[in-house]
Amino acid sequence: MLEDGERIIGTELLVAGIGTVGAEKIMETVLKKADLSCDDIDFVMATGYGRRNFDPAHGELSELSCHAKGVLFTNPQVRTIIDIGGQDAKVLRINDEGILENFMMNDKCAAGTGRFLDVMAHILQMPVNELEKRAELSGNPAKISSTCTVFAESEVISQLATGETVENVIAGICNSVASRVAGLAKRIGIKEEVFMSGGVAQNGGVRQALEKELKVPIKWSETSQMMGALGAAISAYEQVKKRGVLNE
Amino acid sequence: MSNEVKKKSPPDPNSAKFKLGKIATDAYVDAQAAKDRGEMIGWCSSNFPVEIPETLGLAVCYPENQAAGIAARGGGERLCNISEDDGYSNDICAYARINLAYAKIKDTPEQNMPQPDFLLCCNNICNCMIKWYENLAKNLNIPMIIIDIPFNPDYEVSDAQVAYVKAQFLEAIKQLEELTGKKWTEEKFQEVMEYSGRTSRAWLAATSEAKHTPSPFNGFDLLNHMAVMVTARGKKEAAEAMEVLHKEYLENVETGNSTFRAEEKHRIMFEGIACWPYLRATSTGLKSRGINMVTTIYADAFGFIYDDFDGMVKAYCNVPNAMNLEHARDKRVKLIKDNHVEGLLVHTNRSCKLWSGFMAEMSRQISEECEIPHVAFDGDQADPRNFSEAQYETRVQGLTEIMESKKGGC
Ligand code: SF4
Repeated sequence: MLEDGERIIGTELLVAGIGTVGAEKIMETVLKKADLSCDDIDFVMATGYGRRNFDPAHGELSELSCHAKGVLFTNPQVRTIIDIGGQDAKVLRINDEGILENFMMNDKCAAGTGRFLDVMAHILQMPVNELEKRAELSGNPAKISSTCTVFAESEVISQLATGETVENVIAGICNSVASRVAGLAKRIGIKEEVFMSGGVAQNGGVRQALEKELKVPIKWSETSQMMGALGAAISAYEQVKKRGVLNE
Repeated sequence: MSNEVKKKSPPDPNSAKFKLGKIATDAYVDAQAAKDRGEMIGWCSSNFPVEIPETLGLAVCYPENQAAGIAARGGGERLCNISEDDGYSNDICAYARINLAYAKIKDTPEQNMPQPDFLLCCNNICNCMIKWYENLAKNLNIPMIIIDIPFNPDYEVSDAQVAYVKAQFLEAIKQLEELTGKKWTEEKFQEVMEYSGRTSRAWLAATSEAKHTPSPFNGFDLLNHMAVMVTARGKKEAAEAMEVLHKEYLENVETGNSTFRAEEKHRIMFEGIACWPYLRATSTGLKSRGINMVTTIYADAFGFIYDDFDGMVKAYCNVPNAMNLEHARDKRVKLIKDNHVEGLLVHTNRSCKLWSGFMAEMSRQISEECEIPHVAFDGDQADPRNFSEAQYETRVQGLTEIMESKKGGC
């Protein structure tokens, strides 16, 4: 939630499944915490895969534009954004005027997305945010070569069964995500600075593997996961400004 | 904003749409009638020189067109499954899987065509075609005539290539004469060539009207009309219908009308075969955002202009999937510049390895040269299992937002 296009006055994160119940709940919580009501909101912008079905929204914008706006708001010098989200992975190229000029998204399947990591964390019976710490302890990352999530799952199981350490397997999983996404980034062309947004940015294992693959430093922030929402809020403000009427 | 051209009902028999639709439907009817008369009929791959059967007076059907029709009417998965159950990999082109299944079951509610007595195959479109037709020939126990037109790594077609391919054209004519008893006459060839030239010129002229803003037509029209360009170029009715099409587009330019029934906010080029099982979803995804697909490589590809036999041979060596990347790129760049295209939407077609394979690099080069964004989505021309509407929507919306922001909006 953004006030006057510059002050973040509320954030909330809920990892929810299907439908728009999650988004509705978030809106309720964020308003309650800030002691505001729906009437105080000038414009609600929805983004993400459910963006077209969220009734309270006044507009919708793709997560591509939203991530670009969110990242550029906080880091205006960024020219390449890597966003690994739950359902897809994307690399955004920003021009020198700070405008999104092209993008590349994952093709064929869920390999290289956050969901891939979720599935792997699930079979390793640990929360997904545990992966980073364990990957750091790896001396010799295992090779997870299958792009198919389910086949990679069986690869992980058989690597563990043949005595590979959990740490090496986790590092291998991070490398596998990184190499898929690095492929997208190389295709669209890397221009510094590079920033990573989306939930997977918190995973240092994937971040470092990406830095190694792309040979550039990759910036990120604790709020990387919020960049899409921030971008949506910024564009909501832009809409209101265009319209010219603001709530007091 | 252009005015809408309302759908007429019943359809106007003098309209290009009606005439072109009739030619496409009549192709099946005529082939069936020839078969019923006891004549031999063929199945023919789409870039086989149509002038050969046309000049010989042989009726042929086009499995790719039939497969597209079956897929558009919802039968793609059912027929693909039949082939897969028979052991064909689902990596094989879905047109091939659908047709191999049809050759086995010989009847579908979506679109029937008579069974062949011979096969005409040309690999200037892809090499999958060869194995597909060989399997048909073996399963149906009928002869297959093949013309080998290899992929051309050079920019221009060489005289050596023309000589190599010409000998095969002549051999194919001889084989067909022997097989069917029909005779090749120079007089008939001249007539076919003339109609083919007229049809092609009208097609090129009609599609080039997209240079106007707004475009007088919706580019999805081209995906339908091209069936006639592929199969019936050498027929009098085709030449006449295409000339009507051009006339209609010219009238639209004058009156500010268009067959694109929305405000044309953005203009894109679409790359690849249509996603037939999801034609509505893919076209609505564009139309709802005011995006008109004003051109495709088909606009250029089916303009077969030549004035003699050698020229015809050369034209068939120069079809899109047989030419090198640089040549293919330049043709697209020209279409983009001529038609004021603002974005490129690429169908990464899981069926069509050759076409989709070189598009990744080609779209990068096009995008750079024309300074337009390019976006790819996964899909398949006929197997519905390779497409996700939500993924398509996100990509198209991203493309729209970039085009909008380049114009200072968003
Ligand atoms: S692989 Fe491509 S070119 Fe070959 S038959 Fe299939 S769709 Fe046509």
